[in-house]
Amino acid sequence: MSGRAQAMQVEGETSNLPFIYRQYEREQLLDALRKMHLIRRFEEGAEECYMRGLIHGTMHLSIGQEASAMGICMPLVNEDQITSTHRGHGHCIAKGAEVKRMFAEFFGKTTGYCAGRGGSMHIADVSTGNLGANGIVGGGLPIAVGAALTAKRLRTGKVVVCFFGDGANNEGAFHEALNMAAIWKLPVIFVCENNGYGMSTSTARSTAVANVADRAAAYSMPGVIVDGNVLSEVAEASHEAVERARRGDGPTLIECKTYRYRGHSKSDRNRYRTKDEIDDWMTNRDPIRRYEAQLIEFGIATSDELEAIRGSVQQEIDAGIEFAKTSPMPSIDGLADNVYTLEA
Amino acid sequence: MNAPVREISYSQAIQEAMAIAMEADERVILMGEDIGVYGGAFQVTGDLVDRFGSDRVMDTPISELGGAGVAVGAAVTGLRPIFEFQFSDFAALAMEQIVNQAAKMRYMLGGAVSVPLVMRFPAGSGTGAAAQHSQSLEAWLGHVPGLKVIQPATPHDVKGMLLAAVADPDPVMIFEHKLLYKMKGPVPEGHYTVPLDKAEVRREGRDVSIVATSIMVHKALEAAEVLAGEGISAEVIDLRSIRPLDRETVIASVMKTSRLICVYEGVKTLGVGAEISAMIAESEAFDYLDAPILRLGGSETPIPYNPELEKAAVPQVPDIIDAARGLARGVR
Ligand SMILES: Cc1ncc(C[n+]2csc(CCOP(=O)(O)OP(=O)(O)O)c2C)c(N)n1
Ligand SMILES: [Mg+2]
Repeated sequence: MSGRAQAMQVEGETSNLPFIYRQYEREQLLDALRKMHLIRRFEEGAEECYMRGLIHGTMHLSIGQEASAMGICMPLVNEDQITSTHRGHGHCIAKGAEVKRMFAEFFGKTTGYCAGRGGSMHIADVSTGNLGANGIVGGGLPIAVGAALTAKRLRTGKVVVCFFGDGANNEGAFHEALNMAAIWKLPVIFVCENNGYGMSTSTARSTAVANVADRAAAYSMPGVIVDGNVLSEVAEASHEAVERARRGDGPTLIECKTYRYRGHSKSDRNRYRTKDEIDDWMTNRDPIRRYEAQLIEFGIATSDELEAIRGSVQQEIDAGIEFAKTSPMPSIDGLADNVYTLEA
Repeated sequence: MNAPVREISYSQAIQEAMAIAMEADERVILMGEDIGVYGGAFQVTGDLVDRFGSDRVMDTPISELGGAGVAVGAAVTGLRPIFEFQFSDFAALAMEQIVNQAAKMRYMLGGAVSVPLVMRFPAGSGTGAAAQHSQSLEAWLGHVPGLKVIQPATPHDVKGMLLAAVADPDPVMIFEHKLLYKMKGPVPEGHYTVPLDKAEVRREGRDVSIVATSIMVHKALEAAEVLAGEGISAEVIDLRSIRPLDRETVIASVMKTSRLICVYEGVKTLGVGAEISAMIAESEAFDYLDAPILRLGGSETPIPYNPELEKAAVPQVPDIIDAARGLARGVR
């Protein structure tokens, strides 16, 4: 209880502190920070490698959205499962994946999580419960419901988190999935990462309700809106939803209001939003800087300790890129591997 | 008749065709995801929204099934929608409206209505976008009576065929290979059409007929050039449309060369090449064959991410050369 104890010394009492400072140990709080840095530096590293022609295809960066991925995953255990999106690097790392094997995947190498077959858009790590990013907007929603059906029928005790973007809430699959999760009271948590845009189309132009969470009412489940750039708020909502799911009380829809700093993908003229809007989010609402400020304010870490975390993250990133570079390429003979489970 | 001809890209040619159609007919509207200010995922609609406004260049929500259905409903009642799928793979989300509604409505209603709808599908591999953004699904739609399914291979053809499609009273599905978008070629200014049911002989030859679709036409032409240096004379046919199929052109060619190779990017099995092969086997050209028919198609796999594997998953120029050499053995 050292984290709580330490915070208590500073504040005199803990009851007024935000949720995570009451709920988690100091090590867990610092690990969450470390992972948020890892997500950001991973994506910056991947972006650099892409620019230098080391990675092909395209990628969707979640820089600016790290608190949403991390906060949602904090209450989860390794056995819990997630379905992710095309903007899924953060989910993958928050759920416990190793960045070196993610880099290797982006480099198309055999040591990558998908043996070089999937790339950024299909990144997955089944061993830590990540059932995969998805190239199809809304594709993961019914799959998460199916995973939750398994959890319920086999009484595994797992909960399933389904990440999706604001854009996905206009796909039929969203509505069908929420309805089934509700009628069958499944242990699934729908997490909408609302970054304001589906590609170029703002939610105001694409969505008939003001908040995606408003749609929860149509499927008789709680709809919770949080500031997706405040780690504690996200983790608190996730914690409640996880408890509800584990109790057998069914699904929750959480909407994290957040923002992506980068363009939609690697081909975006950014004509649908202003530079002022982007700058405002980056300067005033950055999730990592806000969390670091709190850690210092509540006496949980010193700025030197935060600096040390950033340094160790950088080392892990550099080692990860090196691992990817020196890993072997798949052989052409293996093109048809794994099309089926039992090879002919 | 003699409009000036310039070199423009395949995507510019599409954009020009859409602009001409919209100028000429108020009923023509564009629908799709991010086709407005974003300009479309492949910048095909570009700045058309500035010219025609967002009422006629409509961004839809990310709702392929609903969007396609709205386009069907609009077409049947008097508009002329051109609906862009962001990637052809997302046709999978809209199959209900394409296959069960658009394709069958006229027939089911005894001819009481038409569905003058154009759908555009950016297709194919080669961009590193992996399994869900790289497919060639034209054969799926080619299997459905009521649809017309075309695969223009040049800037000239895509403009003329798109204009023909807009004028056509029935649903026309246009598969556009993404690697063609930047390819340039001669395109006349102004309005012209290219028929939706005619293959085109791109290169005449005596020894082997290579029937190709979309980007494979260009690979076949490259191969034919190399083969010519070896004394093998290949005839290259650009199929252009897979429904309807221009049987006459293919049959005439095979009767001349006595050898046939089909080259297409879609998965080999149950694909366009199967249909061409069967059609020849059933035709008067069968007796003229001097060698087995060969198909070069996509591998029996999803499209992988790794660039070398990705290349290996679809036919390449050397594969066509090898196949033609094998067939033409003994020709010289
Ligand atoms: C079914 C489908 N339609 C369209 C796309 C193309 N596409 C990929 S991401 C995207 C925007 C998604 O927006 P959102 O769900 O808000 O997620 P974000 O990108 O903002 O994280 C679009 C249109 C797709 N991949 N799948
Ligand atoms: Mg979004």
